[in-house]
Amino acid sequence: MQLQKELQDKVDIPVTRKSLWSSLFGKMDVRAYTMVGALVLIWVLFGFLNPTFLTSRNLSNLFTQMSVTSILAIGMVLVIVAGHIDLSVGSIVGLTGGIAAILSNWLELPAIVVILGTLAAGAVLGLLQGWLVAYKMIPAFIVTLGGMMVFRGVLMGVTESMTIPVSDPVLALLGNAYFAQGFGIIIGLLAVGMLLWTAYNKRRSRQKYGFEIAPLGVDVMKVSALALLVVSFVVVMNNYKGIPFPIIFVIVLAIIFYILTTKTTFGRHIYAIGGNIEAARLSGINIKKKTMLIFVLSGLLASIASIVLTSRLASATITAGNMAEMDAIAACVIGGTSLMGGAGTVIGALIGALVMTSLDNGMSLMGLESFWQYVVKGSILVIAVWLDISNRSKGVK
Amino acid sequence: MKHVLEMVDISKEFPGVKALDHVNFKVKQGEIHALCGENGAGKSTLMKVLSGLYPAGTYSGEIVIGGESKQFHKITDAEKAGIAIIHQELALVKDMTVGENIFLGAEPCKRGVIQWDELYHNASVWLKKVGLNISPDVKIGNLGIGQQQLVEIAKALSKHTKILILDEPTAALTESEVSILMGILNQLRSEGVSCVYISHKMPEVFALADSITVLRDGRTVATLDRNETDDDKVVSLMVGRELTERYPRVEHTPGEIVLKVSQYNVWHPEKRNQRMIRDINFSLRKGEILGIAGLMGAGRTELVSSIFGAYGGKAEGEVQIEGKTVKIKSVAEAIKAGIALVTEDRKRQGLVMGMDVKRNTTMATMGKVSKLGFINENEEIKWGRQYVQDLKTKTASLETLVGTLSGGNQQKVVIGKWLMSDPKILIMDEPTRGIDVGAKYEIYNLMNRLVDQGVAIIMISSELPEVLGMSDRILVMCEGEFVKEFQWREATQENIMLAATGGK
Repeated sequence: MQLQKELQDKVDIPVTRKSLWSSLFGKMDVRAYTMVGALVLIWVLFGFLNPTFLTSRNLSNLFTQMSVTSILAIGMVLVIVAGHIDLSVGSIVGLTGGIAAILSNWLELPAIVVILGTLAAGAVLGLLQGWLVAYKMIPAFIVTLGGMMVFRGVLMGVTESMTIPVSDPVLALLGNAYFAQGFGIIIGLLAVGMLLWTAYNKRRSRQKYGFEIAPLGVDVMKVSALALLVVSFVVVMNNYKGIPFPIIFVIVLAIIFYILTTKTTFGRHIYAIGGNIEAARLSGINIKKKTMLIFVLSGLLASIASIVLTSRLASATITAGNMAEMDAIAACVIGGTSLMGGAGTVIGALIGALVMTSLDNGMSLMGLESFWQYVVKGSILVIAVWLDISNRSKGVK
Repeated sequence: MKHVLEMVDISKEFPGVKALDHVNFKVKQGEIHALCGENGAGKSTLMKVLSGLYPAGTYSGEIVIGGESKQFHKITDAEKAGIAIIHQELALVKDMTVGENIFLGAEPCKRGVIQWDELYHNASVWLKKVGLNISPDVKIGNLGIGQQQLVEIAKALSKHTKILILDEPTAALTESEVSILMGILNQLRSEGVSCVYISHKMPEVFALADSITVLRDGRTVATLDRNETDDDKVVSLMVGRELTERYPRVEHTPGEIVLKVSQYNVWHPEKRNQRMIRDINFSLRKGEILGIAGLMGAGRTELVSSIFGAYGGKAEGEVQIEGKTVKIKSVAEAIKAGIALVTEDRKRQGLVMGMDVKRNTTMATMGKVSKLGFINENEEIKWGRQYVQDLKTKTASLETLVGTLSGGNQQKVVIGKWLMSDPKILIMDEPTRGIDVGAKYEIYNLMNRLVDQGVAIIMISSELPEVLGMSDRILVMCEGEFVKEFQWREATQENIMLAATGGK
């Protein structure tokens, strides 16, 4: 019988058949690639229009500027991938910043206690909202919209609408200091070492399992490209004052959350929940617990962002973090995160944040009035999604 | 008597399937005409053609109403011709009042302003007509399903409907509600309204209908006069296809009991008094395939998902696995206890379409490929590759998104996911729905192989030949109860269908 014969044919499945391009750059979706292109274009354009844009000094400022949005965007990716939204992060930045200032200035507690207290506050606010979303089934949009108003209100109440200065020298360092040049070089070397080690380990492990391994040349190119990126970053930063503290936070958090989203079961479950909640439930995934945890992480990241922001401004104000959630959401979306859930990457969100900050920075360098920043950023957001959707519908046909 | 409706030579194709094949269907003035057939026989498709949901041009054939050939391009065209359809899922707005719902989209207006007094007055006239003694300003959400159905009928009548189509109207009704509905339909008949009554419940069909048309595999098999036939005859027409040797029947030797379910009851998750499953008792032996047959809505899916810990409603009764009583409250516990459920709808419940083959495969058993929460990508590739090879899934690579695979290969990914959990009890709900013959055959072979390895399989299927061809034992379910048990040798399509339709 023909069926039988067909059944006996052995099927051979290649595990991976990656193009050179995707083996070099890993898995990033089309929108993120487009945005890398757009980013280069923006940089070239501003560099051409205003020579100061590409100076070490300005780039250093630019990276410091993007730190708050980036940290929030990292948390927002998780929330959006799981199919929710968190509108409260801007207000959590404000409120936990106020708490930090109160602990430091009014209660005169040491910096370490201030930091831990602030982080705990952020996590608790996230926990509260996550519980309402996960266990009480209130839509995240409503819970966090409420949170956005409530937290801002509480901030105004406890600070009596005053600006509270923060003068603790340790706290001031977190947002404003630079790593000494020599230390920067060490960090750079460590990073390159890590890249080599990971690549080597991956090859060895695949060998052990008897899987085909990518040609050595591809891996060498990949590692060299990333190493070049690391080295030029360190060189450019060292050319000014060294690597700014806040950007180190961003990089460390990005690495942690990159691993969390791509290498852990928790991350996988989040993508499954956002991709098809019913299939996730019927695969035995504890949806409620994971959903709550996502909001805890989002709150925690917002409080880290608030420490950076408070330190940079050397004070807590009642408008701190206002509208920051919108920048974070926009950064995620520009970087390829789908508001339908199930798709999005931490790296993409960082690229999104970099695009937005570059626009801000470049336009203010050129002395354009600030209304232009809103108009341009808003348009970029819509155009990015438009391009993506029209690409995708072409693919379907 | 003349025909108010004639559907002549209607054919309709979906990609790869011929849903309707030269169907002829004629309804006389003032009669109740039952349309019978198995799940997927083409009843609903035919009615969608008639009601304009599938616009003219997407099917071939002719619709003649009152002697005039008609072409419906949208639903309102059909409504203008006097056709109204009441779907199984009622289409009422819960937060609006009865009156608002009856005149939704046809509100009496004067210069764009709704005349509320006129609306509510007219609504109460129509409500009286269907014997509903309620005020028209009650919200729909406050009514029971039976009353809502009568509101739908009132809404249809208010559009001067000449032909009323009811799709499985009694599926969600209680017995007293059913008798009220029958009374109304009898009264409408005496007023000259024709009614197409889609049902596979034989007692109802014979209590109501004047004529019966049977569809099978998209073809008209027969149109019969109620007085010249009986339920045996109709049932045999519904199922009467020839059995071909498409099933790799293998003799199994069942071992000891793995699963024993006693006095099992399940209630609806929202309507807490509605019992979905009544006093079910059964046992499952190692190395056998237990087929569960029944019609849509009989409660088969509810029963197995409740055992699997995935059904929202309250459950009562005892479940024993290998002699030990277990209380399974979540899917994770069910997996641990050795139960796996290949769900009915792979797109909605089985797979994450935007994820690749290997990630879908490992989804229910992440513990096997991770340590302390960290995924070992190579382990994942190893397992993914194993099931792709074992099940002969045709995929370009393990990184291919499952959404791009064919139905049969998607189903194999779902099965692979559950085999990876090493189940003792594998429940398969419609395991071959919507997949091609070759893949079906492979899945049947796989089931036999698993049974030989000592897995116990419960297979729910609406395809009778499949139930007959694969099961060792067959339980027939009807309205939440097991009504009959057959050994495979004594089962026939006719006696299963008769039991499933509530006949004797």
